[in-house]
Amino acid sequence: MALSRLSSRSNGIIRPFSAAFSRLISTDTTPITIETSLPFTAHLCDPPSRSVESSSQELLDFFRTMALMRRMEIAADSLYKAKLIRGFCHLYDGQEAVAIGMEAAITKKDAIITAYRDHCIFLGRGGSLHEVFSELMGRQAGCSKGKGGSMHFYKKESSFYGGHGIVGAQVPLGCGIAFAQKYNKEEAVTFAMYGDGAANQGQLFEALNISALWDLPAILVCENNHYGMGTAEWRAAKSPSYYKRGDYVPGLKVDGMDAFAVKQACKFAKDHALEKGPIILEMDTYRYHGHSMSDPGSTYRTRDEISGVRQERDPIERIKKLVLSHDLATEKELKDMEKEIRKEVDDAIAKAKDCPMPEPSELFTNVYVKGFGTESFGPDRKEVKAALP
Amino acid sequence: MSAILQGAGAATALSPFNSIDSNKLVAPSRSSLSVRSKRYIVAGSDGTNNKTFASSSLIARRSDPLIPNAVATKADTAASSTSSKSGHELLLFEALQEGLEEEMDRDPHVCVMGEDVGHYGGSYKVTKGLADKFGDLRVLDTPICENAFTGMGIGAAMTGLRPVIEGMNMGFLLLAFNQISNNCGMLHYTSGGQFTIPVVIRGPGGVGRQLGAEHSQRLESYFQSIPGIQMVACSTPYNAKGLMKAAIRSENPVILFEHVLLYNLKESIPDEDYICNLEEAEMVRPGEHITILTYSRMRYHVMQAAKTLVNKGYDPEVIDIRSLKPFDLHTIGNSVKKTHRVLIVEECMRTGGIGASLTAAINENFHDYLDAPVMCLSSQDVPTPYAGTLEEWTVVQPAQIVTAVEQLCQ
Repeated sequence: MALSRLSSRSNGIIRPFSAAFSRLISTDTTPITIETSLPFTAHLCDPPSRSVESSSQELLDFFRTMALMRRMEIAADSLYKAKLIRGFCHLYDGQEAVAIGMEAAITKKDAIITAYRDHCIFLGRGGSLHEVFSELMGRQAGCSKGKGGSMHFYKKESSFYGGHGIVGAQVPLGCGIAFAQKYNKEEAVTFAMYGDGAANQGQLFEALNISALWDLPAILVCENNHYGMGTAEWRAAKSPSYYKRGDYVPGLKVDGMDAFAVKQACKFAKDHALEKGPIILEMDTYRYHGHSMSDPGSTYRTRDEISGVRQERDPIERIKKLVLSHDLATEKELKDMEKEIRKEVDDAIAKAKDCPMPEPSELFTNVYVKGFGTESFGPDRKEVKAALP
Repeated sequence: MSAILQGAGAATALSPFNSIDSNKLVAPSRSSLSVRSKRYIVAGSDGTNNKTFASSSLIARRSDPLIPNAVATKADTAASSTSSKSGHELLLFEALQEGLEEEMDRDPHVCVMGEDVGHYGGSYKVTKGLADKFGDLRVLDTPICENAFTGMGIGAAMTGLRPVIEGMNMGFLLLAFNQISNNCGMLHYTSGGQFTIPVVIRGPGGVGRQLGAEHSQRLESYFQSIPGIQMVACSTPYNAKGLMKAAIRSENPVILFEHVLLYNLKESIPDEDYICNLEEAEMVRPGEHITILTYSRMRYHVMQAAKTLVNKGYDPEVIDIRSLKPFDLHTIGNSVKKTHRVLIVEECMRTGGIGASLTAAINENFHDYLDAPVMCLSSQDVPTPYAGTLEEWTVVQPAQIVTAVEQLCQ
């Protein structure tokens, strides 16, 4: 039923059933207007409207990408337990709507910088599953050649600046990127993302002060999942209204589990930042896993709370309901899509497992950039000198 | 002797200074962020220009005995080796300013950020006049938040800008240690080479005239083990300008250590464009009996001691190591192989200072060539006191250097 309706919308072109999924995603751009579930709360600015312009293509795209992100994080969970991923692994499941909504509102020229919960944002910026899993397992094909790990994903060509382990340190970096964008007159903005735990870092306020003074196109996005590792937000912050903490900088509080609210807010923020300077967005979101894989996530919150959020506010379920209510696909088709995604993820993992570890000589590469036309030597000049380009 | 002056393998004869080869500067393409002109004049490392070893090139050309005017820091020595072009005389802070201004003219991506660098002209006048010339967007007065503006400089560098970040006093950069260590030093590595951080972090450090403990810090010892950064220390107007320019052009993060008491040193420097190699040490005074390694202000204490030593009949070889990370073990090694005795004179603290690392490096690499243990004279492990007499005793004085040399050369 749904398929025939779609085919009538797309000018009656009959496609074979096997190409149904690609057709579902690629052709239909009929506009759909969606209301965000909650209103925006604003500080020192006028909130944007609750009606978001979207299309069936975008809806299905959201569903597919979010399901992919979710599947990728769950797979990373199993890989960690199988000791293929070591060290720290911070999972983003539950917060996918933030990554997706933001990507939908901006271009690849706009920069994003975030902390260590970066797998899904990397994916949203155009990273491939193979790069993700290879990097997580420390293989050569990883996005940072296996030398960065879970907390250091970067993608320069898509203006994704990482991937940072030290809490809060990425915000001054983000404001620096915004400064460079203004310096180069690029008409682009920077989204500097941080969490509710990092919101209490002094360098944030320092960077915000400079950004407001110099009118930088910086958007500070607080992904408030209400817990800074084991510390609930009311125990860490005297004022948990993170969107207001900019004081003289306008702020907007957004339902971070609603991808369309996020999209609307990011669009609004981009327009604001290009004209009037920095703005803070607070995304009210939630993570199902613990802070990282070494944290069970249940010592500081009840399982009822986690399952309650999962039932009522899960971002993928929300999109699924929208897809079904707009008759864009049937339950079965969505289930098939999820199966396909699962297979895609499994294939990527298998491919990454086959990838070799970095060469031992890679230990010493990329420490310095050899530059400017002279010969360069190692620290003790014992190694053969290289004639540099 | 000539082996010391040349870089390894560059066995060309000493060419006169004015034969600037065709590797003259090419104006970079200003449109793209990532393309950089890659041809520059380099002093010393490829053998075509030998200005780096100012006094030594003069010495090597003479066949006289090798005990010239021992105080080689005098302006005349440097000026006289500028064979044909007459230079211009200026103070060290003006040399830094000149280097900075030339680089800002040359590359629009270079910008300066720091406290009071703009309208005030810089607390040590290194950035004087730049704000009027280049505007507020390129010479940025920041609020007092070292952590944030160092981070911002690094973030801007990730996109291709080349900020020069000034710490009003090096000690203040301790507040930005996280940004310098984790982001500046490591981002090139953890991103698998995707991002380069061509940032220059500079500022005055060292023990001044009764500035108090917190304003007399020597940070080279704290930063030295950060992988991924380069550290250089300037000591004369000539190498100050050269190192500033080289640091700005380098694709790596460079920390340029200046010294509060050296800003008013006067010297004549060449008119034409030149840079100093960031990884090379400077031969201040060649000699035969003992190698004295030093940097920054202690160079002058050493040269003063050298005067006394020469009168007593010793022939010290003085090397200004300039490059604090990585060490120029080539120059140092050749010197050790010649003299077999090493004295390190530094202003860092005894514990964990540059001298400590250098001692370890020399022992590790040149153990067979040493006739005596490496001796290291460094500042005392105390916070710098305010009282003038006490402050004098925390740093190494020429008399101590003379005693140490006599002890080593027995």
